[in-house]
Amino acid sequence: MAKILVFVEHSNGKIKRSAFELLTAAKKSGATVTSVAVGAGSDTLSAELSKYGSSECLFVKSADFNLYNPELFTGALADVIKKTGANIVLASASGLGKDLFPRVAARLGAGIISDATELSINGEDVVVKKPVYSGKAFAKMGFEPSAIKIVLMRANQLPIAEAAGSTQSTEFSPSQVGLKTLIKEVVKGTSEKLDLTEANIIVSGGRGLKDAANFKLVTDLADVLGATAGASRAIVDAGWVSHGMQVGQTGKTVAPSLYIAIGISGAIQHLAGMSGSKVIVAINNDPNAPIFQKATYGIVGDAFEVVPKLIEEFKKVLHH
Amino acid sequence: MKIFVCIKQVPDTETKIKVAADGASIDSTSVKWVMNPYDEYAVEEAVKLREANAGAQVFVMTVGPKKRAGEVLRTAIAMGADEGVLIDSPENIEPFVTAQALAAAIKTEGGASLILTGKLAIDDNASSVGQMVAELLGIPHSTVVSKIQYTAEHITAERDIEGGAKEISQMTNPALIGANKGLNMPRYASLPGIMKAKKKVLKELDLAGLGVAAAGKTKVLSLELPADKPPAKLLQGDSSAQSAELVKLLRDEAKVL
Repeated sequence: MAKILVFVEHSNGKIKRSAFELLTAAKKSGATVTSVAVGAGSDTLSAELSKYGSSECLFVKSADFNLYNPELFTGALADVIKKTGANIVLASASGLGKDLFPRVAARLGAGIISDATELSINGEDVVVKKPVYSGKAFAKMGFEPSAIKIVLMRANQLPIAEAAGSTQSTEFSPSQVGLKTLIKEVVKGTSEKLDLTEANIIVSGGRGLKDAANFKLVTDLADVLGATAGASRAIVDAGWVSHGMQVGQTGKTVAPSLYIAIGISGAIQHLAGMSGSKVIVAINNDPNAPIFQKATYGIVGDAFEVVPKLIEEFKKVLHH
Repeated sequence: MKIFVCIKQVPDTETKIKVAADGASIDSTSVKWVMNPYDEYAVEEAVKLREANAGAQVFVMTVGPKKRAGEVLRTAIAMGADEGVLIDSPENIEPFVTAQALAAAIKTEGGASLILTGKLAIDDNASSVGQMVAELLGIPHSTVVSKIQYTAEHITAERDIEGGAKEISQMTNPALIGANKGLNMPRYASLPGIMKAKKKVLKELDLAGLGVAAAGKTKVLSLELPADKPPAKLLQGDSSAQSAELVKLLRDEAKVL
Protein backbone atom coordinates (compact mmCIF):
# COMPACT_ATOMS: atom_id res chain seq x y z
CA MET A 1 0.00 0.00 0.00
CA ALA A 2 1.10 3.49 -0.72
CA LYS A 3 2.65 5.53 2.05
CA ILE A 4 2.30 9.22 1.36
CA LEU A 5 4.38 11.93 2.99
CA VAL A 6 3.06 15.50 2.78
CA PHE A 7 5.50 18.38 3.30
CA VAL A 8 3.55 21.03 5.21
CA GLU A 9 4.50 24.67 4.68
CA HIS A 10 3.56 27.06 7.44
CA SER A 11 4.72 30.35 8.85
CA ASN A 12 5.17 30.26 12.63
CA GLY A 13 2.48 27.64 12.96
CA LYS A 14 0.01 29.14 10.47
CA ILE A 15 -0.49 26.38 7.91
CA LYS A 16 -0.69 27.31 4.22
CA ARG A 17 -3.86 26.30 2.41
CA SER A 18 -1.83 24.26 -0.09
CA ALA A 19 -0.97 21.76 2.69
CA PHE A 20 -4.66 21.01 3.25
CA GLU A 21 -5.11 20.53 -0.50
CA LEU A 22 -2.29 17.97 -0.55
CA LEU A 23 -3.56 16.14 2.54
CA THR A 24 -7.06 15.94 1.06
CA ALA A 25 -5.77 14.41 -2.18
CA ALA A 26 -3.50 12.01 -0.29
CA LYS A 27 -6.20 10.84 2.11
CA LYS A 28 -8.77 10.39 -0.66
CA SER A 29 -6.48 7.80 -2.28
CA GLY A 30 -6.83 5.54 0.76
CA ALA A 31 -3.13 5.69 1.62
CA THR A 32 -1.57 6.20 5.03
CA VAL A 33 -0.74 9.90 5.21
CA THR A 34 2.10 11.30 7.29
CA SER A 35 2.89 15.02 7.52
CA VAL A 36 6.26 16.60 8.01
CA ALA A 37 6.91 20.21 9.02
CA VAL A 38 10.00 22.07 10.14
CA GLY A 39 10.91 25.24 12.02
CA ALA A 40 9.29 27.32 14.78
CA GLY A 41 5.72 26.26 15.46
CA SER A 42 6.05 22.92 13.65
CA ASP A 43 5.32 21.09 16.94
CA THR A 44 1.87 22.68 17.17
CA LEU A 45 0.37 21.62 13.85
CA SER A 46 -0.80 18.04 14.31
CA ALA A 47 -4.30 18.85 15.62
CA GLU A 48 -5.17 20.97 12.60
CA LEU A 49 -3.51 18.59 10.13
CA SER A 50 -5.40 15.63 11.61
CA LYS A 51 -8.69 17.20 10.48
CA TYR A 52 -7.61 16.64 6.88
CA GLY A 53 -6.55 13.04 7.29
CA SER A 54 -2.97 13.27 8.53
CA SER A 55 -2.28 10.30 10.80
CA GLU A 56 0.97 11.64 12.24
CA CYS A 57 2.96 14.86 12.09
CA LEU A 58 6.74 14.60 12.21
CA PHE A 59 8.30 17.87 13.22
CA VAL A 60 11.81 19.30 13.31
CA LYS A 61 11.67 22.28 15.62
CA SER A 62 15.37 23.15 15.81
CA ALA A 63 15.79 26.90 15.33
CA ASP A 64 18.21 26.12 12.47
CA PHE A 65 15.11 25.36 10.43
CA ASN A 66 13.46 28.75 10.91
CA LEU A 67 15.09 29.99 7.71
CA TYR A 68 15.29 27.98 4.50
CA ASN A 69 18.75 26.58 3.85
CA PRO A 70 18.79 24.26 0.79
CA GLU A 71 21.55 21.96 2.07
CA LEU A 72 20.12 21.66 5.59
CA PHE A 73 16.57 21.02 4.34
CA THR A 74 17.72 18.51 1.70
CA GLY A 75 19.42 16.40 4.36
CA ALA A 76 16.39 16.51 6.67
CA LEU A 77 13.80 15.72 3.98
CA ALA A 78 15.87 12.88 2.53
CA ASP A 79 16.16 11.47 6.08
CA VAL A 80 12.42 11.76 6.72
CA ILE A 81 11.53 10.11 3.43
CA LYS A 82 13.89 7.22 4.16
CA LYS A 83 12.72 6.86 7.76
CA THR A 84 9.01 6.82 6.90
CA GLY A 85 9.51 4.59 3.87
CA ALA A 86 7.21 6.93 1.93
CA ASN A 87 6.91 6.01 -1.73
CA ILE A 88 4.89 9.10 -2.64
CA VAL A 89 5.87 12.60 -1.51
CA LEU A 90 3.60 15.60 -2.05
CA ALA A 91 4.70 19.20 -1.62
CA SER A 92 3.71 22.62 -2.86
CA ALA A 93 5.27 24.03 -6.05
CA SER A 94 6.15 27.11 -3.98
CA GLY A 95 9.43 28.98 -4.14
CA LEU A 96 10.76 26.72 -1.39
CA GLY A 97 9.29 23.49 -2.79
CA LYS A 98 10.66 24.09 -6.28
CA ASP A 99 14.13 24.88 -4.95
CA LEU A 100 14.32 22.07 -2.41
CA PHE A 101 12.74 18.93 -3.83
CA PRO A 102 14.72 18.55 -7.08
CA ARG A 103 17.83 18.34 -4.88
CA VAL A 104 16.11 15.83 -2.58
CA ALA A 105 15.09 13.80 -5.65
CA ALA A 106 18.68 13.78 -6.93
CA ARG A 107 19.96 12.61 -3.54
CA LEU A 108 17.46 9.74 -3.34
CA GLY A 109 17.35 8.87 -7.04
CA ALA A 110 13.62 9.62 -6.89
CA GLY A 111 11.39 10.74 -9.75
CA ILE A 112 10.06 14.29 -9.53
CA ILE A 113 7.39 16.21 -11.42
CA SER A 114 7.14 19.90 -10.67
CA ASP A 115 4.34 22.44 -11.14
CA ALA A 116 1.48 19.95 -11.44
CA THR A 117 -2.07 21.25 -11.85
CA GLU A 118 -3.89 17.90 -11.64
CA LEU A 119 -3.11 14.87 -9.53
CA SER A 120 -4.54 11.38 -9.42
CA ILE A 121 -3.31 8.69 -7.06
CA ASN A 122 -4.46 5.08 -7.51
CA GLY A 123 -2.71 2.81 -5.06
CA GLU A 124 0.94 3.41 -5.84
CA ASP A 125 0.25 4.72 -9.30
CA VAL A 126 0.53 8.51 -9.66
CA VAL A 127 -0.49 10.45 -12.75
CA VAL A 128 -0.23 14.24 -12.97
CA LYS A 129 -0.95 16.92 -15.49
CA LYS A 130 1.27 19.98 -15.81
CA PRO A 131 1.53 22.94 -18.16
CA VAL A 132 4.51 22.87 -20.54
CA TYR A 133 5.70 25.09 -23.41
CA SER A 134 4.63 28.30 -21.64
CA GLY A 135 1.14 26.98 -20.99
CA LYS A 136 0.52 26.18 -24.66
CA ALA A 137 0.25 22.46 -23.93
CA PHE A 138 -0.37 20.12 -21.02
CA ALA A 139 1.69 17.01 -20.37
CA LYS A 140 0.13 14.02 -18.67
CA MET A 141 3.00 12.38 -16.83
CA GLY A 142 3.64 9.22 -14.86
CA PHE A 143 6.49 7.58 -12.99
CA GLU A 144 8.48 4.37 -13.26
CA PRO A 145 6.61 2.02 -10.89
CA SER A 146 9.56 1.30 -8.60
CA ALA A 147 10.57 4.94 -8.11
CA ILE A 148 9.91 7.15 -5.11
CA LYS A 149 7.48 9.62 -6.64
CA ILE A 150 7.69 13.31 -5.74
CA VAL A 151 4.98 15.68 -6.97
CA LEU A 152 5.06 19.45 -6.53
CA MET A 153 1.53 20.82 -6.89
CA ARG A 154 0.59 24.35 -7.74
CA ALA A 155 -1.56 26.03 -5.08
CA ASN A 156 -5.33 26.46 -5.51
CA GLN A 157 -5.72 23.46 -7.84
CA LEU A 158 -7.18 20.83 -5.51
CA PRO A 159 -10.27 20.82 -3.30
CA ILE A 160 -10.11 20.69 0.49
CA ALA A 161 -12.20 18.22 2.45
CA GLU A 162 -12.07 17.22 6.08
CA ALA A 163 -11.26 13.58 6.84
CA ALA A 164 -10.49 11.58 9.96
CA GLY A 165 -6.86 11.54 11.07
CA SER A 166 -4.82 11.42 14.22
CA THR A 167 -3.19 14.15 16.28
CA GLN A 168 -0.01 12.19 16.92
CA SER A 169 3.00 14.49 16.85
CA THR A 170 6.55 13.15 16.86
CA GLU A 171 9.80 15.05 17.00
CA PHE A 172 12.32 14.09 14.34
CA SER A 173 16.04 14.78 14.56
CA PRO A 174 17.75 14.70 11.19
CA SER A 175 21.38 13.68 11.03
CA GLN A 176 23.93 16.48 11.22
CA VAL A 177 25.32 17.74 7.94
CA GLY A 178 28.24 20.01 7.11
CA LEU A 179 26.93 23.18 5.48
CA LYS A 180 28.53 25.33 2.82
CA THR A 181 25.56 27.70 2.81
CA LEU A 182 24.97 30.37 5.43
CA ILE A 183 21.61 32.16 5.31
CA LYS A 184 22.51 35.70 6.23
CA GLU A 185 19.12 37.37 6.31
CA VAL A 186 15.65 37.46 4.89
CA VAL A 187 14.66 40.90 3.68
CA LYS A 188 10.92 41.31 4.03
CA GLY A 189 8.83 42.35 1.06
CA THR A 190 6.74 45.48 1.13
CA SER A 191 3.45 43.68 0.67
CA GLU A 192 1.48 42.08 3.48
CA LYS A 193 -0.89 40.54 0.94
CA LEU A 194 -0.81 36.92 -0.17
CA ASP A 195 1.80 36.28 -2.82
CA LEU A 196 0.59 36.24 -6.43
CA THR A 197 1.25 32.49 -6.62
CA GLU A 198 -1.07 31.83 -3.67
CA ALA A 199 -3.70 34.54 -4.22
CA ASN A 200 -7.30 33.59 -4.86
CA ILE A 201 -8.05 36.88 -6.62
CA ILE A 202 -5.58 38.93 -8.66
CA VAL A 203 -6.05 42.36 -10.23
CA SER A 204 -3.35 43.15 -12.80
CA GLY A 205 -2.56 46.30 -14.71
CA GLY A 206 -0.75 46.96 -17.98
CA ARG A 207 0.37 49.63 -20.36
CA GLY A 208 -3.23 50.69 -21.02
CA LEU A 209 -3.04 52.57 -17.71
CA LYS A 210 -0.80 55.08 -19.52
CA ASP A 211 1.08 56.34 -16.44
CA ALA A 212 2.64 54.88 -13.26
CA ALA A 213 0.38 57.05 -11.07
CA ASN A 214 -2.70 55.38 -12.59
CA PHE A 215 -1.64 51.99 -11.20
CA LYS A 216 -3.55 53.17 -8.12
CA LEU A 217 -6.72 52.08 -9.97
CA VAL A 218 -5.40 48.52 -9.82
CA THR A 219 -4.42 48.63 -6.15
CA ASP A 220 -7.72 50.32 -5.20
CA LEU A 221 -9.72 47.59 -6.90
CA ALA A 222 -7.45 44.92 -5.37
CA ASP A 223 -8.00 46.40 -1.90
CA VAL A 224 -11.78 46.25 -2.28
CA LEU A 225 -11.58 42.61 -3.33
CA GLY A 226 -8.89 41.57 -0.82
CA ALA A 227 -6.89 40.69 -3.92
CA THR A 228 -3.19 40.78 -4.75
CA ALA A 229 -2.04 43.28 -7.40
CA GLY A 230 -0.08 42.06 -10.43
CA ALA A 231 1.41 43.63 -13.52
CA SER A 232 2.36 43.01 -17.13
CA ARG A 233 5.99 42.89 -18.21
CA ALA A 234 5.67 46.21 -20.04
CA ILE A 235 5.03 48.24 -16.90
CA VAL A 236 7.61 46.30 -14.86
CA ASP A 237 10.24 47.07 -17.49
CA ALA A 238 9.06 50.69 -17.52
CA GLY A 239 9.78 50.79 -13.78
CA TRP A 240 6.21 51.52 -12.61
CA VAL A 241 6.16 48.52 -10.26
CA SER A 242 8.66 45.93 -8.99
CA HIS A 243 9.54 42.69 -10.79
CA GLY A 244 7.99 40.67 -7.96
CA MET A 245 4.60 41.78 -9.32
CA GLN A 246 5.16 40.58 -12.88
CA VAL A 247 2.78 37.91 -14.15
CA GLY A 248 3.85 35.80 -17.12
CA GLN A 249 6.99 34.39 -18.63
CA THR A 250 10.04 35.80 -16.80
CA GLY A 251 7.57 36.66 -14.02
CA LYS A 252 5.17 34.58 -11.98
CA THR A 253 2.78 31.87 -13.06
CA VAL A 254 -0.54 32.28 -11.30
CA ALA A 255 -3.79 30.36 -11.08
CA PRO A 256 -6.33 32.29 -9.01
CA SER A 257 -10.10 31.79 -9.04
CA LEU A 258 -10.50 35.27 -10.47
CA TYR A 259 -8.00 37.23 -12.58
CA ILE A 260 -8.90 40.77 -13.61
CA ALA A 261 -6.68 42.23 -16.36
CA ILE A 262 -6.89 46.00 -16.73
CA GLY A 263 -5.30 47.62 -19.76
CA ILE A 264 -3.34 44.46 -20.58
CA SER A 265 -3.32 43.52 -24.25
CA GLY A 266 -2.37 39.90 -23.58
CA ALA A 267 0.98 39.17 -25.21
CA ILE A 268 1.64 35.44 -25.35
CA GLN A 269 4.26 35.82 -22.61
CA HIS A 270 1.60 37.27 -20.29
CA LEU A 271 -1.01 34.66 -21.22
CA ALA A 272 1.57 31.94 -20.39
CA GLY A 273 1.50 33.07 -16.78
CA MET A 274 -2.20 33.45 -16.15
CA SER A 275 -4.25 31.32 -18.54
CA GLY A 276 -4.68 28.71 -15.78
CA SER A 277 -6.94 31.16 -13.88
CA LYS A 278 -10.48 29.86 -13.41
CA VAL A 279 -12.30 33.05 -14.37
CA ILE A 280 -10.64 35.81 -16.36
CA VAL A 281 -12.02 39.33 -16.74
CA ALA A 282 -10.50 41.60 -19.37
CA ILE A 283 -11.01 45.35 -19.41
CA ASN A 284 -9.44 46.95 -22.46
CA ASN A 285 -10.38 49.65 -24.96
CA ASP A 286 -9.13 47.60 -27.92
CA PRO A 287 -11.72 44.99 -28.90
CA ASN A 288 -9.04 43.10 -30.85
CA ALA A 289 -6.67 42.72 -27.88
CA PRO A 290 -5.61 39.04 -27.58
CA ILE A 291 -6.55 39.04 -23.88
CA PHE A 292 -10.22 38.77 -24.92
CA GLN A 293 -9.51 35.36 -26.47
CA LYS A 294 -8.63 34.01 -23.01
CA ALA A 295 -11.25 36.00 -21.09
CA THR A 296 -14.44 34.63 -19.56
CA TYR A 297 -15.98 38.11 -19.37
CA GLY A 298 -14.86 41.15 -21.31
CA ILE A 299 -15.52 44.85 -21.07
CA VAL A 300 -14.47 46.84 -24.11
CA GLY A 301 -14.10 50.29 -22.67
CA ASP A 302 -12.03 52.95 -21.00
CA ALA A 303 -10.42 51.58 -17.82
CA PHE A 304 -10.44 55.07 -16.28
CA GLU A 305 -14.20 55.13 -16.56
CA VAL A 306 -14.97 51.45 -15.89
CA VAL A 307 -12.72 50.66 -12.92
CA PRO A 308 -14.07 53.37 -10.54
CA LYS A 309 -17.61 52.21 -11.35
CA LEU A 310 -16.56 48.62 -10.76
CA ILE A 311 -15.08 49.54 -7.37
CA GLU A 312 -18.46 51.07 -6.39
CA GLU A 313 -20.37 47.99 -7.55
CA PHE A 314 -18.06 45.58 -5.69
CA LYS A 315 -18.38 47.69 -2.53
CA LYS A 316 -22.17 47.40 -2.71
CA VAL A 317 -22.03 43.63 -2.98
CA LEU A 318 -19.16 42.83 -0.65
CA HIS A 319 -19.48 45.27 2.24
CA HIS A 320 -22.81 44.91 3.90
CA MET B 1 38.56 31.14 -12.66
CA LYS B 2 36.45 28.73 -14.66
CA ILE B 3 32.78 29.60 -15.04
CA PHE B 4 30.39 27.00 -16.48
CA VAL B 5 27.03 28.11 -17.82
CA CYS B 6 24.42 25.38 -18.41
CA ILE B 7 21.94 26.46 -21.06
CA LYS B 8 19.08 24.92 -23.02
CA GLN B 9 17.64 25.35 -26.47
CA VAL B 10 13.85 25.69 -26.27
CA PRO B 11 11.05 26.47 -28.73
CA ASP B 12 10.50 30.22 -29.05
CA THR B 13 7.51 31.38 -26.98
CA GLU B 14 5.80 32.59 -30.15
CA THR B 15 6.09 29.16 -31.81
CA LYS B 16 2.79 27.41 -32.35
CA ILE B 17 2.91 24.06 -30.56
CA LYS B 18 1.67 20.98 -32.45
CA VAL B 19 1.53 17.48 -31.01
CA ALA B 20 3.63 14.89 -32.87
CA ALA B 21 2.30 11.56 -34.15
CA ASP B 22 3.45 9.75 -30.97
CA GLY B 23 0.98 11.89 -28.99
CA ALA B 24 3.55 12.56 -26.28
CA SER B 25 5.96 15.08 -27.78
CA ILE B 26 5.87 18.16 -29.98
CA ASP B 27 6.11 18.18 -33.74
CA SER B 28 9.40 20.04 -34.14
CA THR B 29 9.31 20.51 -37.92
CA SER B 30 8.38 24.19 -37.88
CA VAL B 31 9.72 25.08 -34.44
CA LYS B 32 11.97 28.11 -34.11
CA TRP B 33 14.62 27.28 -31.49
CA VAL B 34 16.02 29.93 -29.15
CA MET B 35 18.04 30.16 -25.96
CA ASN B 36 15.86 29.65 -22.88
CA PRO B 37 15.16 33.25 -21.71
CA TYR B 38 16.46 32.71 -18.15
CA ASP B 39 19.70 31.24 -19.50
CA GLU B 40 20.41 34.59 -21.18
CA TYR B 41 20.73 36.13 -17.71
CA ALA B 42 23.13 33.33 -16.73
CA VAL B 43 25.32 33.84 -19.82
CA GLU B 44 25.37 37.62 -19.34
CA GLU B 45 26.40 37.30 -15.69
CA ALA B 46 29.20 34.89 -16.61
CA VAL B 47 30.52 37.21 -19.30
CA LYS B 48 30.39 40.17 -16.90
CA LEU B 49 32.37 38.21 -14.31
CA ARG B 50 34.91 37.21 -16.94
CA GLU B 51 35.32 40.85 -17.92
CA ALA B 52 35.92 41.76 -14.26
CA ASN B 53 38.32 38.90 -13.53
CA ALA B 54 41.44 38.71 -15.70
CA GLY B 55 42.22 35.19 -16.84
CA ALA B 56 38.69 33.91 -16.22
CA GLN B 57 37.09 31.63 -18.80
CA VAL B 58 33.43 31.01 -19.62
CA PHE B 59 32.38 27.52 -20.78
CA VAL B 60 28.83 27.15 -22.05
CA MET B 61 27.29 23.66 -22.03
CA THR B 62 24.09 22.21 -23.31
CA VAL B 63 22.48 18.79 -23.47
CA GLY B 64 20.37 18.17 -26.55
CA PRO B 65 20.22 16.58 -29.99
CA LYS B 66 23.41 17.32 -31.88
CA LYS B 67 21.53 18.18 -35.07
CA ARG B 68 20.13 21.37 -33.56
CA ALA B 69 21.45 22.13 -30.07
CA GLY B 70 24.90 23.45 -31.08
CA GLU B 71 23.25 26.64 -32.28
CA VAL B 72 22.39 27.75 -28.76
CA LEU B 73 26.07 27.45 -27.77
CA ARG B 74 27.02 29.65 -30.72
CA THR B 75 24.48 32.25 -29.55
CA ALA B 76 26.17 32.27 -26.12
CA ILE B 77 29.65 32.46 -27.68
CA ALA B 78 28.46 35.40 -29.77
CA MET B 79 27.45 37.08 -26.49
CA GLY B 80 30.99 36.57 -25.18
CA ALA B 81 31.39 33.01 -23.86
CA ASP B 82 34.78 31.42 -24.65
CA GLU B 83 34.18 27.70 -25.18
CA GLY B 84 31.18 25.52 -26.01
CA VAL B 85 30.52 21.93 -24.96
CA LEU B 86 27.73 20.07 -26.75
CA ILE B 87 26.43 16.92 -25.09
CA ASP B 88 24.45 14.91 -27.62
CA SER B 89 21.24 13.34 -26.29
CA PRO B 90 17.89 12.10 -27.56
CA GLU B 91 14.93 14.54 -27.54
CA ASN B 92 12.91 14.97 -24.33
CA ILE B 93 15.14 13.44 -21.70
CA GLU B 94 14.18 14.19 -18.10
CA PRO B 95 15.91 16.80 -15.92
CA PHE B 96 17.80 14.23 -13.81
CA VAL B 97 19.37 12.71 -16.94
CA THR B 98 20.40 16.18 -18.15
CA ALA B 99 21.80 16.97 -14.70
CA GLN B 100 23.85 13.77 -14.56
CA ALA B 101 25.33 14.54 -17.99
CA LEU B 102 26.17 18.15 -17.05
CA ALA B 103 27.72 17.16 -13.72
CA ALA B 104 29.84 14.46 -15.39
CA ALA B 105 30.94 16.84 -18.15
CA ILE B 106 31.90 19.57 -15.65
CA LYS B 107 34.08 17.01 -13.84
CA THR B 108 35.59 15.87 -17.17
CA GLU B 109 36.44 19.49 -17.98
CA GLY B 110 38.32 19.89 -14.70
CA GLY B 111 35.66 21.31 -12.39
CA ALA B 112 34.17 24.77 -11.96
CA SER B 113 34.81 27.86 -9.86
CA LEU B 114 31.18 28.84 -10.40
CA ILE B 115 28.20 27.38 -12.26
CA LEU B 116 25.38 29.52 -13.62
CA THR B 117 22.11 28.46 -15.21
CA GLY B 118 18.57 29.79 -15.70
CA LYS B 119 16.09 29.27 -12.87
CA LEU B 120 13.89 27.17 -15.17
CA ALA B 121 13.47 26.19 -18.80
CA ILE B 122 10.24 27.36 -20.39
CA ASP B 123 9.66 24.11 -22.31
CA ASP B 124 9.35 21.39 -19.65
CA ASN B 125 8.96 23.95 -16.87
CA ALA B 126 10.67 21.66 -14.37
CA SER B 127 13.03 24.10 -12.57
CA SER B 128 15.11 21.13 -11.46
CA VAL B 129 18.37 20.74 -13.39
CA GLY B 130 20.43 23.34 -11.51
CA GLN B 131 19.68 21.99 -8.04
CA MET B 132 20.34 18.45 -9.26
CA VAL B 133 23.72 19.39 -10.76
CA ALA B 134 24.66 21.03 -7.44
CA GLU B 135 23.63 17.91 -5.54
CA LEU B 136 25.58 15.60 -7.85
CA LEU B 137 28.69 17.75 -7.48
CA GLY B 138 28.19 18.20 -3.72
CA ILE B 139 28.20 21.99 -3.94
CA PRO B 140 25.77 24.60 -2.55
CA HIS B 141 23.13 26.25 -4.71
CA SER B 142 20.71 29.14 -4.78
CA THR B 143 18.01 29.60 -7.42
CA VAL B 144 15.73 32.46 -8.51
CA VAL B 145 18.68 34.77 -7.93
CA SER B 146 18.56 38.44 -8.93
CA LYS B 147 21.89 39.61 -7.50
CA ILE B 148 25.26 38.02 -6.81
CA GLN B 149 28.55 39.14 -5.36
CA TYR B 150 31.54 36.93 -6.11
CA THR B 151 34.78 36.87 -4.11
CA ALA B 152 37.65 34.37 -4.16
CA GLU B 153 36.12 32.30 -1.35
CA HIS B 154 32.43 33.03 -1.29
CA ILE B 155 29.49 33.95 -3.39
CA THR B 156 26.62 35.96 -1.92
CA ALA B 157 23.26 35.54 -3.63
CA GLU B 158 19.92 37.33 -3.32
CA ARG B 159 17.10 34.90 -3.95
CA ASP B 160 13.63 36.26 -4.78
CA ILE B 161 10.87 34.61 -2.77
CA GLU B 162 7.14 35.14 -2.27
CA GLY B 163 5.72 38.55 -1.41
CA GLY B 164 8.69 40.47 -2.82
CA ALA B 165 10.96 39.18 -0.01
CA LYS B 166 14.58 38.14 -0.54
CA GLU B 167 16.68 35.41 1.06
CA ILE B 168 20.33 36.37 1.18
CA SER B 169 22.80 33.53 1.44
CA GLN B 170 26.55 33.19 1.46
CA MET B 171 27.95 30.05 -0.12
CA THR B 172 31.46 28.64 -0.14
CA ASN B 173 32.82 28.39 -3.70
CA PRO B 174 32.17 26.67 -5.97
CA ALA B 175 28.39 27.14 -5.99
CA LEU B 176 25.57 26.93 -8.51
CA ILE B 177 23.34 29.94 -9.21
CA GLY B 178 19.93 29.76 -10.92
CA ALA B 179 19.38 33.13 -12.59
CA ASN B 180 16.14 35.10 -12.37
CA LYS B 181 15.08 38.12 -14.38
CA GLY B 182 16.57 41.20 -12.76
CA LEU B 183 20.09 39.75 -12.41
CA ASN B 184 21.25 41.90 -15.36
CA MET B 185 20.28 43.06 -18.84
CA PRO B 186 21.50 40.44 -21.33
CA ARG B 187 23.51 42.01 -24.15
CA TYR B 188 22.89 41.52 -27.82
CA ALA B 189 25.53 39.60 -29.71
CA SER B 190 28.04 41.85 -31.48
CA LEU B 191 28.86 41.35 -35.16
CA PRO B 192 32.47 40.27 -34.41
CA GLY B 193 31.02 37.98 -31.74
CA ILE B 194 28.70 36.36 -34.27
CA MET B 195 31.61 35.88 -36.72
CA LYS B 196 33.75 34.32 -33.98
CA ALA B 197 30.90 32.04 -32.89
CA LYS B 198 30.35 30.77 -36.44
CA LYS B 199 33.93 29.55 -36.69
CA LYS B 200 34.16 28.16 -33.18
CA VAL B 201 34.82 24.43 -32.90
CA LEU B 202 32.53 23.00 -30.24
CA LYS B 203 33.64 20.17 -28.02
CA GLU B 204 31.31 17.21 -28.50
CA LEU B 205 30.38 14.65 -25.87
CA ASP B 206 27.48 12.25 -25.54
CA LEU B 207 25.46 10.58 -22.78
CA ALA B 208 27.00 7.13 -23.24
CA GLY B 209 30.53 8.54 -23.19
CA LEU B 210 29.72 10.28 -19.89
CA GLY B 211 28.28 7.06 -18.46
CA VAL B 212 24.74 8.39 -18.26
CA ALA B 213 21.64 6.34 -19.19
CA ALA B 214 18.94 8.17 -21.17
CA ALA B 215 16.04 6.47 -19.35
CA GLY B 216 14.59 8.43 -16.44
CA LYS B 217 12.21 7.93 -13.53
CA THR B 218 9.34 9.89 -15.08
CA LYS B 219 7.70 9.78 -18.48
CA VAL B 220 5.32 11.87 -20.55
CA LEU B 221 2.24 9.74 -21.21
CA SER B 222 0.54 12.19 -23.52
CA LEU B 223 0.66 15.80 -24.59
CA GLU B 224 -2.56 17.75 -24.99
CA LEU B 225 -3.35 21.19 -26.31
CA PRO B 226 -5.65 23.28 -24.11
CA ALA B 227 -9.33 22.99 -24.97
CA ASP B 228 -10.70 25.92 -26.96
CA LYS B 229 -12.22 28.43 -24.61
CA PRO B 230 -15.74 29.56 -25.37
CA PRO B 231 -15.61 33.16 -26.59
CA ALA B 232 -15.59 35.84 -23.89
CA LYS B 233 -18.97 37.17 -22.86
CA LEU B 234 -18.71 40.85 -23.81
CA LEU B 235 -20.74 43.09 -21.54
CA GLN B 236 -22.86 45.75 -23.20
CA GLY B 237 -24.13 49.19 -22.28
CA ASP B 238 -22.37 52.16 -20.67
CA SER B 239 -19.69 51.68 -18.02
CA SER B 240 -22.24 51.66 -15.18
CA ALA B 241 -24.30 48.93 -16.82
CA GLN B 242 -21.18 46.93 -17.72
CA SER B 243 -19.85 47.15 -14.17
CA ALA B 244 -23.13 46.15 -12.56
CA GLU B 245 -23.52 43.24 -14.97
CA LEU B 246 -19.97 42.02 -14.38
CA VAL B 247 -20.33 41.98 -10.60
CA LYS B 248 -23.65 40.11 -10.95
CA LEU B 249 -22.08 37.50 -13.26
CA LEU B 250 -19.05 37.01 -11.02
CA ARG B 251 -21.32 36.46 -8.03
CA ASP B 252 -24.19 34.46 -9.52
CA GLU B 253 -22.81 32.71 -12.61
CA ALA B 254 -19.07 32.24 -12.00
CA LYS B 255 -19.53 32.17 -8.20
CA VAL B 256 -16.06 33.51 -7.50
CA LEU B 257 -16.96 36.30 -5.06
